[in-house]
Amino acid sequence: MNIVVLVKQVPDSGADRNLRADDNTVDRGSANNVINEMDEYAIEEALKIKEAHGGEVTILTMGPDRATESIRKALSMGPDAAVHVLDDALHGSCAVATSKVLAAALGQLGADLVICGAESTDGRVQVMPHMLAERLGVAALTGARKLTVDGGTLTVERQTEEGYEVVTASTPAVVSVWDTINEPRYPSFKGIMAAKKKPVKTLSLADLGVAPTEVGFEGATSAVVEHTRRPPRSGGAKITDEGEGGVKLVEFLATEKFV
Amino acid sequence: MAEVLVVVEATREFGVKKVTLEMLTLARGLGTPSAVVLGGAGAADALSAKLGEYGAEKIYAAESEEIDGHLVAPKATVLAELVNRVQPAAVLLASAQEGKEIAARLAVKLDNGILTDVVGLDADGTATQVAFAGSTIVKSKVTKGLPLVTVRPNSVTPTPAAATPAVEQLTVAVTDTDKLAKVVERVAEQKGSRPELTEAGIVVSGGRGVGNADNFKLVEELADLLGGAVGASRAAVDSGYYPHQFQVGQTGKTVSPQLYVALGISGAIQHRAGMQTSKTIVAVNKDGEAPIFELADYGVVGDLFKIVPQAAEEIRKRK
Repeated sequence: MNIVVLVKQVPDSGADRNLRADDNTVDRGSANNVINEMDEYAIEEALKIKEAHGGEVTILTMGPDRATESIRKALSMGPDAAVHVLDDALHGSCAVATSKVLAAALGQLGADLVICGAESTDGRVQVMPHMLAERLGVAALTGARKLTVDGGTLTVERQTEEGYEVVTASTPAVVSVWDTINEPRYPSFKGIMAAKKKPVKTLSLADLGVAPTEVGFEGATSAVVEHTRRPPRSGGAKITDEGEGGVKLVEFLATEKFV
Repeated sequence: MAEVLVVVEATREFGVKKVTLEMLTLARGLGTPSAVVLGGAGAADALSAKLGEYGAEKIYAAESEEIDGHLVAPKATVLAELVNRVQPAAVLLASAQEGKEIAARLAVKLDNGILTDVVGLDADGTATQVAFAGSTIVKSKVTKGLPLVTVRPNSVTPTPAAATPAVEQLTVAVTDTDKLAKVVERVAEQKGSRPELTEAGIVVSGGRGVGNADNFKLVEELADLLGGAVGASRAAVDSGYYPHQFQVGQTGKTVSPQLYVALGISGAIQHRAGMQTSKTIVAVNKDGEAPIFELADYGVVGDLFKIVPQAAEEIRKRK
């Protein structure tokens, strides 16, 4: 089974993150950029399927030059190859345009299965898997906490607020995963060395047949008008329990009318 | 005034969800609200009274096994057809998994912009979003097509505005492609009758400090006494103390209740990302240096196994 895993490079969610003052896009220049955490679970799931059923795992990333670091990091976990969609005109692209570009790339790769994280930690928009499925005319099994592959039949347990749904589809399909699905492996030293030699193909918009006017700021379907930093919360009263902590807590809740 | 389509979020058990009432409230600022019910046979009947109470002038009902038995895609197809027909001033959906997914497909079908996790919406369609773990406030606009937004629960106070909605049944005509993902089973795991986590006015969460799954009873007891939902930190979920759907944080749910009670949670950024827009935050932790106290309006440093039972007892006394 040929699997493509979508990997996005994002600013580290454990550090301070900002939008740029000049063009309102995510500030990647000053940030520590990492693989979107949820994508590591997608890579792990793809590798497990490959180990059980054979095939190839390819990483697909759209992003600026520096996304190469994340591609190599992803490859060090074990995938076979990567495709990097790289084009200056992509800067400022909205989700709708991004899905157009990724769908064009996926069309060229011809995967049986596309796996991605349920959301990225920067935008947390959660729309890409269904946008891609819509464009490609394939099934989307999203929010998986468990994925079973049986020949060309996929079955997922989809996490919902009430519990879960069991959803099935035939390949080709897009599957998105939550971080409950597996425990991603750490790259081995051998894996890190091997990643340096794995093929990374670069595709431009021209290679994909997408016009520069359809992406970036020009092709964007939404725009950030302004952004401001929210003042940080400041701590209030802090007491140390000396036997009456529970009562004092309830007294506070009562003054705030919660009790 | 032009119609504003509000795609109804409801559960079998509790009916119309609060976020739907919030959307109807927001929709009245942009035009005349019409509710759209996408579900199985008879879905709209059970919901129409509540939808009318909050100002739905019209209800579009698409009820079919094709919708109920497949994932998302048929809903988007029906909705796209409706949008093309009535040309609404805006389309609002809930900023939860399914609402975002329907909106995603609609955006592609209509080649229309999309804004998610919206917490406020002006009459001109300018949306307010909170980004980067609550640290940044963003104003955005759809620049191509109509305002297609998903609204985060607990963003506005729902206000009633009585209307008597006329119900219009929609013809459901979906393609084979829409039926590729089949729902074969739905399994309920929600415990008890607690409010849904993202909609609850009060959330009581436990972290690693709770120690084990059994001790989560303490968290549940306090939540029940306060009429709140139960949440858990990632550390607690990863340790198997509580199920993942209750996880609050960067890789879990984002909550914004009136009151958030953090028990045995250190307050790592991963957790803060999901709760720091809560109105009032209260924390109990044995480590006085825990970062959660930097956010807490009221913090108690001490042993939660003494403090929580005492607090529970005190609430009972006052009831």
